[in-house]
Amino acid sequence: MLSAPPFVYALLLLAFPLVAIVLISFWTQNGLTVDRTFTTANYREIFSGPIYIWGNANRWGLLPLSLFVSATVTFITVVLAYPVAYYVSFVVPAQRKSLWLFLITIPFWTSYLIRIFLWKVILGYNGVVNTGLLELGLIQEPLSFLLYNLNSVIITLSHAYAVFAILPIYVALEKIDRSLLEASQDLGENRFSTFLRVTLPLSVPGIVGAVLIVFIPTIGDYVTPELMLGSGGRLVSNLIQAQFLQLNNWPLGAALAIVTMLAVGLVSLLFILLNRRWLRGRA
Amino acid sequence: MKWSALRVYAVIYLAFLYAPIILLPLFAFNDASIIAFPLAGFSTRWFEQLWTTQALHQALRNSLFIATLTAIFATLLGTCAARAGTMPNFPGKRGLLGFVMLPLVLPEIVIAVALLVVVRQVLDLSLSNWTVIAAHTVIAVPFSIAILNGAFQNLDPSFEEAAMDLGETRWGAFRLVTLPLVVPGIISSLLICFIISLDDFVVAQFLTGSNPTMPVYIYGLTRFVDALPLIMALGTVLVTISVTLLVIAEYFRRRGVARAGLKDTGGFL
Amino acid sequence: MTALIQLRGIHKHYGDYHALRGIDLEIRQGEFFSLLGPSGCGKTTLLRTIAGFEQPSSGSLMIDGKDMAAVPPNHRPTNMVFQSYAIFPHLTVAQNVGFGLRRDPMPKDQRAKAVVEALDMVGLGGYGNRAAHALSGGQRQRVALARALILKPKVLLLDEPLSALDKKLRENMQVELIRLQRNVGITFILVTHDQEEALVMSDRIAVMFEGEIGQMADPETLYRRPNSRRVAEFIGKMNLLPGSVGMEGNRIVVDVAGLGRGAVEADQAPGGVAPGQTTVGIRPETLSILFAGETTDRRVAEGVVDEVVYYGDMTYYDVRIPGVDRPLTISMKNLIGRPVLDVGTATKVAWDERSLVVLSR
Repeated sequence: MLSAPPFVYALLLLAFPLVAIVLISFWTQNGLTVDRTFTTANYREIFSGPIYIWGNANRWGLLPLSLFVSATVTFITVVLAYPVAYYVSFVVPAQRKSLWLFLITIPFWTSYLIRIFLWKVILGYNGVVNTGLLELGLIQEPLSFLLYNLNSVIITLSHAYAVFAILPIYVALEKIDRSLLEASQDLGENRFSTFLRVTLPLSVPGIVGAVLIVFIPTIGDYVTPELMLGSGGRLVSNLIQAQFLQLNNWPLGAALAIVTMLAVGLVSLLFILLNRRWLRGRA
Repeated sequence: MKWSALRVYAVIYLAFLYAPIILLPLFAFNDASIIAFPLAGFSTRWFEQLWTTQALHQALRNSLFIATLTAIFATLLGTCAARAGTMPNFPGKRGLLGFVMLPLVLPEIVIAVALLVVVRQVLDLSLSNWTVIAAHTVIAVPFSIAILNGAFQNLDPSFEEAAMDLGETRWGAFRLVTLPLVVPGIISSLLICFIISLDDFVVAQFLTGSNPTMPVYIYGLTRFVDALPLIMALGTVLVTISVTLLVIAEYFRRRGVARAGLKDTGGFL
Repeated sequence: MTALIQLRGIHKHYGDYHALRGIDLEIRQGEFFSLLGPSGCGKTTLLRTIAGFEQPSSGSLMIDGKDMAAVPPNHRPTNMVFQSYAIFPHLTVAQNVGFGLRRDPMPKDQRAKAVVEALDMVGLGGYGNRAAHALSGGQRQRVALARALILKPKVLLLDEPLSALDKKLRENMQVELIRLQRNVGITFILVTHDQEEALVMSDRIAVMFEGEIGQMADPETLYRRPNSRRVAEFIGKMNLLPGSVGMEGNRIVVDVAGLGRGAVEADQAPGGVAPGQTTVGIRPETLSILFAGETTDRRVAEGVVDEVVYYGDMTYYDVRIPGVDRPLTISMKNLIGRPVLDVGTATKVAWDERSLVVLSR
């Protein structure tokens, strides 16, 4: 049957590998040898000590910090994206809509790596913004707060994931029956209150979609923190990457990845549950 | 045209989206080895240097090979899945098709790591171009399905029945009626999957063997401070290729919509 | 006329759902046959079974003496006009019409000629080079007809072909379809939920409810002698009055609430006579309002006008008769000089025993 190839493929390349990381997280690795005895040592290591989860007086645990960064990025991205999606859906005439969508999505299709790198170039001490502002005489000395801190990570990620936020919101807005808005105004609401009472609630499925599509992948983004935070700067994604590609402790990396995904899953579920009033009846 | 606040916002937002990319050609043709203002004059020496760097050509060839195969495999699988999606509901249909779309909401690092574990620990194979192709296909298939779902759902299911009623076999009906209407979607899918593979870094970094792909090569370049303008030049080339392919993909998408006599609802949605 | 299509004991199950419950049907060569019924009654399923797109769970289907069980749709002597018309949008009108001729060994110029003739036959002469997706609904339907008829099938199947058209266009197309069927001379099987349409176009109609055939007959018989309440209510307007029926000697005697007793012929009880309580049906046009000064030798009942609805050529009156809780609906032609009564007027209603129908089911 036709669905067999995708099914087999999903099984082999998606389900099986995911099961594999769960498995390996219960093993241990020392140097190049992997010990396959079942143990929860990795998880115990993650949950003990201040590094990963609990933090201490000086710094946050890595996982909460990463969740915070992703949440901030998500918030900024979605809030900034909503008006654009609204504009294209409600203001742009029908024949121009695909042009706008096309223009909006082009930057997304260019090399991700290059875009991050560009932000580093833009925000650096001798970078585009600073030298530009110096040239224009607006500042006397280069600004140092632009790079090598969490702000730069947040700015870069917000830019990279902007499109992911716009599209789901746009789709949800397009689905809204325009006659509902007319009915609302006929019943006495003005345009702004119609937006609050009709459009916004009906667009919640799109907002939830946008939140998930930005929040979940940004947790795993290690390239941005690596390039923007300089040496020593890390989020949990960097740690996972390091365990696999440098420190050769795959089981620990796998356990970290799973704990991260569980945390992300929990937060996402919480978010969906909080919004279920507006999600009911609209898959 | 009314310049309402919303419109101004949208335009500024768009400018913000494009701003970094505009910098690429700006500094790629800049005759200086640091990326900063003021500009130092026009020069094509960075492009000339690109042209002569062997390692770059090797990485490019690699990337093109991987991207082509990814596009083909992902589109094939996407076609199967989209077509299966139009069939009447069979048990597990929603779950299966939903699962295949999972990579869209998983962080790439999770997929990369999971596949790495399978390839190295479980199957004990060595990494090569083929491991990258397999991984890229996993990531690209959801996009292919999204594009092809649109193409397949625009088809009236009676078309194939009508063709069979008029004497065609099942395969003949597919070939003469469904396929021509879906071809623009297939071309779009091929192009989009190609671009996805070409641009992917995370998965490639985990799964390439001794032959780096372009993004991995670029990443290596970022270690060297004086290679920055080179990266600008390279970036310009890559962006130009991507944009060209995208324009072509959009052209085919619009043609597909017109051919089926439908209204354009915009985008690959 | 010979039986071209024979369906015996056709059942169709979809999981637990019993869509067709034992259909026995014979459709004759050259007739215009309709499958009529409300949504979900199984008429489209039956049509698709004849076409070959559904396999019956049990039973047999013979077309022209051959068993169709193993024959796929592309090899059956049937062609179908789909409800959505299914006109291929990426082809021109001529390419659509000639689609089925692709496998025919006839030479190219003969094929082209056949396409031109088919288009002329449906009134779309000269449209050959138009893009198919740019046509209106009515034009698409004609293309679908031409496309099917060019293959000279023994049976043309039409799945609610007129439901997507507006009223005026629909009425025109009804006449055209009748004309077409007479010209071409093949069997047409039409599926519709519009009883007026079925009455206008068909030689015979099978009325279906919930997977079964309620009654199969020519339009006049269905209208004047429905065999059940369901059929009576589905076709046209029908007054239903409670009453009782019994035999007196070999005469059937009916006692109708509000109207009185009368004797009916055997054919006025098409569902059979089960003595006891029953329902009696009377068509509105068989009742008459007696206007002031008119006399009749028919039986008369007295009542009060409850509602008046003016239709232009007819006026429908609802008249309350003592002894009947629902008003009687009476239709009167708006002849010149005939007044239109006001609500509340006392009036006399004339009725005739010969228009009664005993509906025991």
